[in-house]
Amino acid sequence: MTGAPLPLASQPSGMRAWLLSPEPHSRWQARLGRFYLGWRAFSRNPLAVIGLGIVLLLILVAIFADVIAPYSPVAGGDLRTQRLLPPSETYWFGTDDQARDIFSRVIHGSRITLFVVVLVALIATPIGLLVGTVSGYLGGWVDTVLMRITDIFLAFPRLILALAFVAALGPGIENAIIAIAITSWPPYARIARAETLMIRNSDFIAAVKLQGASTPRIILGHVVPLCLSSLIVRVTLDMAGIILTAAGLGFLGLGAQPPMPEWGAMVATGRNYLIDQWWVAAMPGIAIFVVSLGFNLLGDGLRDVLDPKAAK
Amino acid sequence: MASAVMNRGGGHASALRSSLKNIAQFVIVLMTTLLGLAAVTFFIGRVVPIDPVIAIVGDRAPAQVYERVRQELGLDLPLIQQFWIYLKKAVTGDFGNSVLTTNPVLTDIANTFPATLELATLGTLIGVIIGIPLGILAAVKRGSFIDQFVRVLGLAGYSIPIFWLGLMGLLVFYAKLGWVAGPGRIDVTYSYLYTPVTNIVLLDTAMQGQWDAFWDAVSHIILPACLLGYFSLAYISRMTRSFMLNELAQEYVIAARVKGLSEMRVIWRHALRNAAVPLITVIALSYANLLEGSVLTETIFAWPGLGQYITNSLQNADMNAVLGGTLVIGTAFVLLNLVSDLLYRLLDPRTR
Repeated sequence: MTGAPLPLASQPSGMRAWLLSPEPHSRWQARLGRFYLGWRAFSRNPLAVIGLGIVLLLILVAIFADVIAPYSPVAGGDLRTQRLLPPSETYWFGTDDQARDIFSRVIHGSRITLFVVVLVALIATPIGLLVGTVSGYLGGWVDTVLMRITDIFLAFPRLILALAFVAALGPGIENAIIAIAITSWPPYARIARAETLMIRNSDFIAAVKLQGASTPRIILGHVVPLCLSSLIVRVTLDMAGIILTAAGLGFLGLGAQPPMPEWGAMVATGRNYLIDQWWVAAMPGIAIFVVSLGFNLLGDGLRDVLDPKAAK
Repeated sequence: MASAVMNRGGGHASALRSSLKNIAQFVIVLMTTLLGLAAVTFFIGRVVPIDPVIAIVGDRAPAQVYERVRQELGLDLPLIQQFWIYLKKAVTGDFGNSVLTTNPVLTDIANTFPATLELATLGTLIGVIIGIPLGILAAVKRGSFIDQFVRVLGLAGYSIPIFWLGLMGLLVFYAKLGWVAGPGRIDVTYSYLYTPVTNIVLLDTAMQGQWDAFWDAVSHIILPACLLGYFSLAYISRMTRSFMLNELAQEYVIAARVKGLSEMRVIWRHALRNAAVPLITVIALSYANLLEGSVLTETIFAWPGLGQYITNSLQNADMNAVLGGTLVIGTAFVLLNLVSDLLYRLLDPRTR
């Protein structure tokens, strides 16, 4: 990596030398070194950095929504004079049919989007990870049954299934999250299983087994951590799909309920004023697009770093 | 997706026996998946907070009436027995009546499905006709402008909400420019000029020689079809690119070039032919995705297809219709998935 041929310019400085040391003195140093190498590869890809920037921006905006948004996201202004105003210096994105500032609503909507994405990831990833590793490690009939179930869920059209679930559970943001999570875990299980099959027969697992480790310990302590990196890539790439599904449910009136500033539902409101007041529908849609794009770019970049085999 | 579902055929068995085994496995996979689909829709139907008995008798009915209707609906039976009855009904196509239209759900589905099929087919056609050449070009001229273009197209396709793009399309091409007709399938003026036979308007009007009506239908379908076509194109061109890159790196391509074959021949006759097998799977998958994507598109374009039927029923808590529609789209999705898998195994000798 940092070969000898350039003695003058690239003599690694103290910190870098420590990070890149071929003989790390502690586990921490080795880990940080790996992380640094990954970051170097990642930051060389400008699109990935843009993606990371967008996602960080989303998180910051969600945290500081109260500070950034100039108006209330739910309480409107004067219905006679401030309704459906075009974008201007006072109302950057214009106002909607209830005289609410669309910019403030988009800003606050980032919280809902982040909430959905994080919760779906927190529900679906462990399920997929557990099903996949158990199935791959134990094999036999457990594997057959679990993978059959996974395939059944995998074969379903995602949005339609989420629709049916929300129809049954009743509209609302929590139910939309549950429905999306139920339809999201199967690909994770497949990936985790494929990784587990490769790890299962390696020597270090045999060694751990000889030391007397129990099956749960091997799965949770040794197999799961090794499956994580490819799973993280897949989950990040899926985030855009999750956002789009959630927005689609919101658009159909099945996600977050009014007056919550959910982006999909805001586009649905704008539909009624599409021809003369285009900004009501356009602005939240752009927000959905930018955030999904951010997650897609970040996922692509992460894949190149963490999972070079899959990158094409 | 489902390609890993089935094991590779046995090495020692004869070709015939292994293909018979394949078909048997295929049927088993199909059956269990459909059974699972039915189980999930059944389960969803059970957890609905609406009491189906009260929906029929009203909430002021005396207890005996309530109990009798409950028994007639079979709700007093054990769950597994209820599921069996549900299965038997589903197999014969009996999904009950829609509350909204009062027709049997199956009749409604038969009336709306052709419209969805028409839209999804046209969308896939657009995706294939434009997407495959684009993908090939991007792979051949790797790193060029066209390659970047395909990449951007793909990224945008994965990131833009379909309902939003549809609305913006309506705003620009219908409201502002007036190039295409607005929502709906055909103008009322033309809708009595032909008799619906297949319920596929483009086919009906063309076969009956009603060319004015045909062109009106074209101007209605073009925008939603292009919308779906774009999403299919984004996916197909990206996959074509990756398959072609894979093939162009193979040794037989070098051999063909060394033989002195023209570049056109190497690309179109040799590389594409080998990339075609996985491409079929991709096209089938994208077709299945469009059937699903039609839910949002049909809502925006007031397209009287299955997707709009499901969303309308949803908003009116018409569970029979929702579950029937889900089962039908789900079945089509599963079939397309498995058929593409089967085709893959039939066409690619390496999987035998």
